[in-house]
Amino acid sequence: MAEFMSLRDAVAHCIGDGDRVAMEGFTHLIPHAAGHEVIRQQRKHLTLVRMTPDIIYDQLIGMGCADKLVFSWGGNPGVGSLHRFRDAIENKWPQPLDIEEHSHAAMANAYEAGAANLPFAMMRGYLGADLSLVNPNIRSVTCPFTGEVLAAMPAIRPDVAVIHALRADREGNVLLEGITGVQKEAVLASKRAIVTVEEVVDTFGPTNRNAVILPSWTITAVCVVPGGAHPSYAQGYYSRDNSFYIAWDAISRDRDSFLAWMTRHVLEQGPEAFAVHARPAKASKLS
Amino acid sequence: MSAATANHTPTEMMTIAAARALRNEDVCFVGIGAPSAACNLARLTHAPNITLIYESGTIATRPTVLPLSIGDGELCDTALTTVSVPEMFRYWLQGGRISVGFLGGAQIDRFANLNTTVVGAYDAPKVRLPGGGGAPEIASNCQEIFIIMAQSKRAFVDRLDFITSMGHGRTGVERRAMGIKTKGPTRLITDMAIYAPDPETCEMSVVSIHPGISRSQIEDSLGWPVRYAAEVVETPSPTHDELEVLRDMQARTRQAHQQS
Repeated sequence: MAEFMSLRDAVAHCIGDGDRVAMEGFTHLIPHAAGHEVIRQQRKHLTLVRMTPDIIYDQLIGMGCADKLVFSWGGNPGVGSLHRFRDAIENKWPQPLDIEEHSHAAMANAYEAGAANLPFAMMRGYLGADLSLVNPNIRSVTCPFTGEVLAAMPAIRPDVAVIHALRADREGNVLLEGITGVQKEAVLASKRAIVTVEEVVDTFGPTNRNAVILPSWTITAVCVVPGGAHPSYAQGYYSRDNSFYIAWDAISRDRDSFLAWMTRHVLEQGPEAFAVHARPAKASKLS
Repeated sequence: MSAATANHTPTEMMTIAAARALRNEDVCFVGIGAPSAACNLARLTHAPNITLIYESGTIATRPTVLPLSIGDGELCDTALTTVSVPEMFRYWLQGGRISVGFLGGAQIDRFANLNTTVVGAYDAPKVRLPGGGGAPEIASNCQEIFIIMAQSKRAFVDRLDFITSMGHGRTGVERRAMGIKTKGPTRLITDMAIYAPDPETCEMSVVSIHPGISRSQIEDSLGWPVRYAAEVVETPSPTHDELEVLRDMQARTRQAHQQS
């Protein structure tokens, strides 16, 4: 059964130096508050796994938490480069960053294989793509029935999955709606899972019977952190802060301005700083 | 359709020419940025029933403002249905349900291979770009590929440092040789011209030149000796309708992204 605990305790309890950590959320429900807590607790030598390492991984990489990144698209969506990610790869600042690079389809399949307790994933992909020349974890397997050669990659099996969900009930079951990405697969593929939520409710109320609900017993820790996805969003609660994504380009371009921002907004704050973003959505009318 | 106008920018011409390539019956896998603008312009003009799919899982989405990211809430709010990302890539893309994949890129070569990974060596890049995302499998699993990119010598290069997603292959023959059944890039729409693959060599060749653009302008803004198709026409100018819908959409988008 999931335990309700503070985000501080959850990160201290679940994430250790050198762990393989997958913070997931495909544009929607990105666990920013949890990422900040990992930075504050100065975790080191992490292998960070994420399909779209956007701002949250830019921050973790820039603060020296990661030795390795497993990913499929590293940019600031619709804006441009991730400057801290680039600085780490191009100039080894603040430290060298190993990369294991895949395509989205491969990562999605590899998470699914992890959740399904399979050793590897396969797909029809990477045809003519140079990634297969530089990533030794992209291999091939021959279909025993048709002879077709398919791309194969190891299952993703993180030590810890970290996700943000809309809400939990009193037993620690959690609900996700909207763009649900690979979060269900990431949690079920991992040994431990931390889920931050916007709120705790007595009952989920009238949900779609096929809503994505992760049972309490698949989760290690549930932490109530309203606004905890900001500048990502929580459908029905608040919208994506696109103006912040645009602003991050200038903040992160320069090492000093990045460090000043991180000191002011992460190191000197706690998870409660996210509450100011937990306003009712302006545009979203899902709930 | 109303009369044509000459008061448009090269980028507007590119977006409009790209939108025109889409058909009402298409099921289109939409890349973010320029492809998204073109696909939504098509939906708001001549192709109201086009199915737009974004890799975040949103199917048949009808956004009123263009998303900044591939998964803005607007896409989910206006979608017919939203599926998980593994389902999107497995059932819908790999399953062969997509008629057109619409891509952009940082760099392209004459056989419409795209690079969005690195400039320079992979292990010691001069510029580290975002990477492939969905593109490697979009390129091979959609029935055909349209590409939209503004021309420049930096972007249209003689030889790519890295093939992120294959067009017709390094020398134009690799795609066919691999026995891939989908067509690959059939249209490249730039701010100067429209290109299509030569039936024999698969080299992207100019088939239509945008109004006011000269052959020498085209030739000066790419890194290989450009080839022209046997018949080259002039791209019709944007109509007032096309321009008005495009500009309204972009004004709404700018306003929305500043407010959030």
